[in-house]
Amino acid sequence: MARYAVMIFERNGNDLPPEVVAEHMTLAGRITEAGGKVIAGMALQENSTATSIRGDLITDGPWIETKEMIAGIFVIEARDLDHAIALAKMTPILDGGVEVRPLIDFAVVEES
Amino acid sequence: MLASTVRVTRDLDLAEEAVQDAYVQALAAWAADGVPARPGAWLTVAARRNALNVLQRQRTLESKLPLLIVPDSPVESDIPDDRLRLVFTCCHPALAVEAQVALTLRMVCGMATAEVAGVLLVSEPTMAARITRAKKKIALARIPYVVPSAADLPDRVEAALMVIHLLYSAGHTATAGPDLMRDDLAERALDLARMLRLLLPGEPEVAGLLALLLIHHARRSSRADADGRLVRLDEQDRSGWDRAMIAEADRLITAALTAAAPGRFTLQAAIAALHAEAATYGETDWAQIVLLYDQLLRIWPSPVVALNRAAAVSRADGPAAALALVEELERDGRLAAYHYLPATKADLLRRLDRHDEAATAYAEALALAGNAAEQRFLEARVDEMRRPTR
Repeated sequence: MARYAVMIFERNGNDLPPEVVAEHMTLAGRITEAGGKVIAGMALQENSTATSIRGDLITDGPWIETKEMIAGIFVIEARDLDHAIALAKMTPILDGGVEVRPLIDFAVVEES
Repeated sequence: MLASTVRVTRDLDLAEEAVQDAYVQALAAWAADGVPARPGAWLTVAARRNALNVLQRQRTLESKLPLLIVPDSPVESDIPDDRLRLVFTCCHPALAVEAQVALTLRMVCGMATAEVAGVLLVSEPTMAARITRAKKKIALARIPYVVPSAADLPDRVEAALMVIHLLYSAGHTATAGPDLMRDDLAERALDLARMLRLLLPGEPEVAGLLALLLIHHARRSSRADADGRLVRLDEQDRSGWDRAMIAEADRLITAALTAAAPGRFTLQAAIAALHAEAATYGETDWAQIVLLYDQLLRIWPSPVVALNRAAAVSRADGPAAALALVEELERDGRLAAYHYLPATKADLLRRLDRHDEAATAYAEALALAGNAAEQRFLEARVDEMRRPTR
């Protein structure tokens, strides 16, 4: 199995109606049923809460200003790109889309 | 030097190759920077570095190799031809269309990068980068080498058809080399189209493509004379055309044209059929051909189609009307490297008796043409236009 990041781009970030949020809650289970696995997931606060650091300069806002903001990222295991695309297509989207990208590495740092 | 390199490689063949490469590198480096103080040491270091690079690539390859092995799957038997399977997998939608075409020509058909660049009208470095990028994405994103599922198959068909068509075109008019045709490429494309037709009998565009290639192929023997010189359509010996092949194409087109909206290959085949079925060049139904080009241009707004339409307009409405269209395409600029643009313009100017301008345009085309048969044809035209008696 290979690992892929699925980046969710949404026009209004995580300001999502309850039915879309509910769909997100069942996503991991649906991915498992389809032969894949969600191994990590994170939902991000909106762009206005971001702080960017360029050298010593600290600025308000995200590094790249885009029409859609990254609302969340989850990491999946899939057989290959076709499988990963099929799984990523299950992501509930309100006004935007997803990007699938293979990972070089994914590690969770355990506290000892 | 070889022994020292073998220590690195533990493989004689590989070491020999690395040493040979080192000599080649020395020719370039020493010509630029002068012969080094210790040429033997220079060569040894270069050879060992080459060997190490190859080994590293092999290790990378080994780690990616599982991806290149096609897993046994129940759908595999649906497509008996491995080359065709590779065409489909190279045409994966996660690759840019340009990359799909380039990769298929390079990987499935074994064409050199320079040749692929010529067929697709881009520079060789651009093409090399495009192919490298595509291969890298296949490996890193794990684009699978499997037959697309029945549900995905139709979506992949169009890209595969485009690739097969480009492959035939590359064989039909070789962009480099001594001969006008490369029959091996053309016939391989025809085989692929026939096979696709067997596998996808319900796809009208597959029938359209096969018909188009059949008509081209039926006329191939008359495109060049005994000395390999290009023969224009109006001067071709129509008795040499393969009538059975043209009839087969005609049946395919008739069936494909009943589809709700004819696709680009079906329309191109219909145009080619009108040419093939005219008893003489003068009897060609040019007005009908222009109408088909209008339809084609609507679904496929390509400058190459517009250029071919202009050539048809020159027969239906005269060279002056067509010249205006060709000049418009010149201003557009997208066909700046396409030798058929100045060649078409030259032909129109010749027919308008503007010989000086025609000679200039033929010379422009000559500078861009890479095929020897076409070059000889264009040279003869330049001479003819510059002949003082005219």
